[in-house]
Amino acid sequence: MLELPALGWQSIVIFVVFALSLLIATYCTYAERVIAAFLQDRVGPDRAGPYGLLQPLADAVKMFTKEEFFPGGANKVLFVVGPCLAMITALMSSAVIPFGNTMSFGNNAFFLQGIEVNIGMLWIFGVVSLGVYGVMIGGWASNNKFSLLGAIRAASQNISYELAMGMSLIAVLMISGTLSLREITLQQSVAGEWQMWNIVKQPIGFLIFLVCAFAETNRTPFDLPECETELVGGYHTEYSSMKLGLYLFSEYVNIFVVSAVMSVLYFGGFNFPFQYELRDWFINSQSWELNSAQNLITLLGTVGLFLKIFAFIFFFMWIRWTLPRFRYDQLMRLGWTILIPLAVFNIVLTGALILFGVI
Amino acid sequence: MQLTNRAKVLEKKPMTLAERAYLPAIFQGLSITMRHFFMKKATVRYPEEVRPFSAFFRGLHVLKRDEQGRERCTACGLCAVSCPAEAITMVAGERKKGEEGLYREEKYAISYEINMLRCIFCGLCEEACPKAAIYLQADKMAPPRYERDEFIYGKDRLVEPVSPDERSVRGIQLTPEQADTLRARIV
Repeated sequence: MLELPALGWQSIVIFVVFALSLLIATYCTYAERVIAAFLQDRVGPDRAGPYGLLQPLADAVKMFTKEEFFPGGANKVLFVVGPCLAMITALMSSAVIPFGNTMSFGNNAFFLQGIEVNIGMLWIFGVVSLGVYGVMIGGWASNNKFSLLGAIRAASQNISYELAMGMSLIAVLMISGTLSLREITLQQSVAGEWQMWNIVKQPIGFLIFLVCAFAETNRTPFDLPECETELVGGYHTEYSSMKLGLYLFSEYVNIFVVSAVMSVLYFGGFNFPFQYELRDWFINSQSWELNSAQNLITLLGTVGLFLKIFAFIFFFMWIRWTLPRFRYDQLMRLGWTILIPLAVFNIVLTGALILFGVI
Repeated sequence: MQLTNRAKVLEKKPMTLAERAYLPAIFQGLSITMRHFFMKKATVRYPEEVRPFSAFFRGLHVLKRDEQGRERCTACGLCAVSCPAEAITMVAGERKKGEEGLYREEKYAISYEINMLRCIFCGLCEEACPKAAIYLQADKMAPPRYERDEFIYGKDRLVEPVSPDERSVRGIQLTPEQADTLRARIV
């Protein structure tokens, strides 16, 4: 099925997605600092370049030139494997996200997507749950009590919240009937009804997913794995130089990916309001060809998807600088006694609504 | 034992559903931080942006000259005595023949040093001076430096230059506009 032009197109898309996730993660570090500063009535980094835009570059130079440190008694192989694994899994999960609709050139149509598989959601879940190995291995290999505690916390937290997350997704699957992220996105554009984004049908599910997304990416208020005040630095206490950089970086890549997943699942992905009207207007009033009008809509949709993603990233940072950290027992209680029953209730509710033909 | 009548019994009510759900509180917090996002920032971007000085700001010292360009200081030592931080030291010397154009009195300061790390910029030296020789400038500050000995200002950095063009560039100097607004406020 895959011909050479398709393969070439696909490799281009994969490369662009790879580069984009790295670029966005880089500028997330800058955005985090600026947003934190603004929320605290400061101005943030503004010395390196205009508006401090070269700050990530300066940070990278700092990270690379720092001493590479191996703690005594650490397992050297696993100590290096940990951050690599965290980074690889973070980057892998963006492969199945549909970043845009179809681009048509002549008779060839291409997807703006790394790989189109019919198990996209399972892929993301599998890869994301692998991500905890990076944290776990790194924390264990450091030969440090604090690191180990952070790693254990990360593992138990991820497992607990993955349950609720998976169950909140089941409700989405019940509506869509498919695991392919592309299919789910396309279903949210049926007949141009942008109001039929899944958020309208699944408000409770989205809330659960959002909370779990915070826990999965180890962000405040669920950042217990690193928890500076209790565990020094958590699982990356012993890390320095670019190995630490990879850990911090993988966190931002994860935020980017999880924001993309939320946009796709609940906020219509690359669909935007009045897209069909706009396309028809270009075809009828401006006498464009179908292909070029469709390509334009696709590109606009991609821009729209990225706007949604950036909004979510901003929300992640906004929350981080607003809420204090949960206590560990509170975290577990929230996960097991509130979110999971709520998710089950949501499944039942969705089933009933489908049965009675409401959604 | 009751000391005052202001004692208050603390009532611990069970939380309402809205409080237990925690979400309204989160939205409240988010709205507060979002308000701060758009507020005016407290930061002063220092080298580009200088905070306004007070009208009677006491900055870097200057040893004045009189109308004929002679040093006013006679090394009487009253400033050193009055200095609570003991920042001022001086060595007095006798004026030689032919130096009448340089020093106003027969006695003058051969060396005059102020340690800017000790100085607390209280202005007592200015008040103590009977010759109106030492002043704390309103428009100039002692800048930060890397070495401690650079903070000991000698006569080379304290005495007022003969012509205004040779003003010392070592202190942090206000721009002419800033100095003008300051002068307008003083008058």
